[in-house]
Amino acid sequence: MRLNEKYLNAAMIAGLLALPLWAVMADQPFTITLVTRAVILALAAVGLNIILGIGGMVSFGHAVFFGIGGYAMGILAYHAQTYTALDLGLLTTGGTKSMPVIWLVAMILSGLVAFFIGLLSLRTSGVYFIMITLAFGQMFFYFAISWAQYGGEDGLSIYVRNDFPGLNTLAPIQFYAICFTLLCVVLFLFARFQASPFGLALNAARQTPTRVETVGLNPMRLKLLAFVLSGAITGLAGALFADLNRFVSPTMFSWQLSGELIVLIIIGGVGRLMGPVIGACVFVALEHFLGELTDFWHVYLGVVLLCIVLFGRGGLIGLLTGKEGAHV
Amino acid sequence: MSSILIIEQILNGLQFGVMLFLMAAGLTLIFGVMGLINLAHGSLYMVGAFAAAAVAGATGSFLLALVAALAAAALAGAIVEMVVIRRLYNAPHLDQVLATFALILIFSEGTRWVFGSFPLFLDIPDALSGPVTLPGGIEYPLYRLALIGIGLAVAVGLWALIERTRLGIQIRAGENDREMIAALGVDISKLYTLVFALGAALAGLAGALVGAIQSVQVGMGEPVLILAFVVIVIGGIGSVRGAFIGALLVGLTDTLGGVFLPELFKLFMDNGAAQKSGSALASMGIYVLMGLVLIWRPTGLFGARA
Repeated sequence: MRLNEKYLNAAMIAGLLALPLWAVMADQPFTITLVTRAVILALAAVGLNIILGIGGMVSFGHAVFFGIGGYAMGILAYHAQTYTALDLGLLTTGGTKSMPVIWLVAMILSGLVAFFIGLLSLRTSGVYFIMITLAFGQMFFYFAISWAQYGGEDGLSIYVRNDFPGLNTLAPIQFYAICFTLLCVVLFLFARFQASPFGLALNAARQTPTRVETVGLNPMRLKLLAFVLSGAITGLAGALFADLNRFVSPTMFSWQLSGELIVLIIIGGVGRLMGPVIGACVFVALEHFLGELTDFWHVYLGVVLLCIVLFGRGGLIGLLTGKEGAHV
Repeated sequence: MSSILIIEQILNGLQFGVMLFLMAAGLTLIFGVMGLINLAHGSLYMVGAFAAAAVAGATGSFLLALVAALAAAALAGAIVEMVVIRRLYNAPHLDQVLATFALILIFSEGTRWVFGSFPLFLDIPDALSGPVTLPGGIEYPLYRLALIGIGLAVAVGLWALIERTRLGIQIRAGENDREMIAALGVDISKLYTLVFALGAALAGLAGALVGAIQSVQVGMGEPVLILAFVVIVIGGIGSVRGAFIGALLVGLTDTLGGVFLPELFKLFMDNGAAQKSGSALASMGIYVLMGLVLIWRPTGLFGARA
């Protein structure tokens, strides 16, 4: 049976709408939290999918941006909750509990960091690119561990979820609505991006960089801009993730998380609009249900992954629609 | 800051460096010959350490434990190569990263399943315990000195193997042109299994040796794996000589940075702040080193020019 990818995507969105609504009726707040987790991870992976799926850059350090988003939220909210001043040299603020402000800060910061990391690591390619992004991830990880002012290894707890004008963010379904809306917006932008001249050029730069250069485009600049966009989106997801858990810690920077983000995309389908979304839902479901069955669920996850890599080119979407994924 | 302390720290850095070399040598050989990124190399390090701890616990002999570590890691490596890795040689890097990431999950959780979550302990053998007095009146643990010796011996042995034996010629030929040596009648898939098992055995040996000074636990391989990656990226992927130089650089930077940066910062900061920023910068030091090397030479110190 070959499904049309459009129907599959629509069904996915409908499912993400229906499941939490059902959970509200059935009074199952934990299910909502699970779906929220999946949606936020999906958002982070959509960010990575820009450079991995369209641009063909295997970044093994995307947890950097996830972590920066998390710490942006953590630090701003920490100062607001303790009524202490955050001294940034040029300006001093008291922190904030407002989500939109936090998102903006998270995206700008991770975009800036992505610019510098991209500037350095895009000089390399292939294995070296994988390794240097991994090394940047570790750099941030160790920095967060030794940053005693903000909890060091133990992380930072934020007692009350941040505010969004007009909503009660502590109600799981309302927080879910925020995350889901952001995911939809970003997915819409991703679809527009993929079809835009910039997206097409980036896709071409993955496949034949020389030709892109001969028509007068600069592949390096294309890739760098994509890297910054990608970092900013993953940073936004990081801020949401920290808000979901009301906790940030150096594990948000860990290389396992970078690996998991790649895994999400591969499970769903590389370079597919909904690939990360399907991947994240499957991943969270596996984590939850296998985790209930056995403490050693990672063994099964490993086996599933191996099978996908060895036998299932194109991920789940590829399997269902009969199309191969993008070649990276 | 006395000269004794400095010499001690340099020795610690060397010891760390040569152990990293054991890891990095296998990793870089596997990449050089087969073109494969093996994230599961850290798992083989862990397998070696667990095999050593289990055998030492049962027999009480450290030598037997080392033999067990080498054998278990080589065997695990050979099996993994034949079942999984073999299918990945022509696959894109992304698939290799993912498949070997999956192997890490299987190895780590599998080990937790068998041995439980609590760390095991591997004791330093009696003959090598206690300090030894070096010329100049420096007291230094004999075991760590032995590690430096073993590491250097392995480095020399590996050099001899690659430069002076028939297998070495095949390995070097495999790096240059795998179709050609296959055409000349070398059984290339046997060669690949052998190289992979050799790399695995070195990782297992490192795991067992380091396991005696740290604890043997699940997840012990990954931090070392990442350092080993930094080492081979600095040295140039595929170059054993580069791995050696890179390992010593990383070992020394990490150890000396951790001791001297806080001291350096104390010159112009108050004590507490200096300790904090010094140690923060020290743990980032090797990554900064790697960044600088890559900016200077994008393919590492001894890597092939792209």
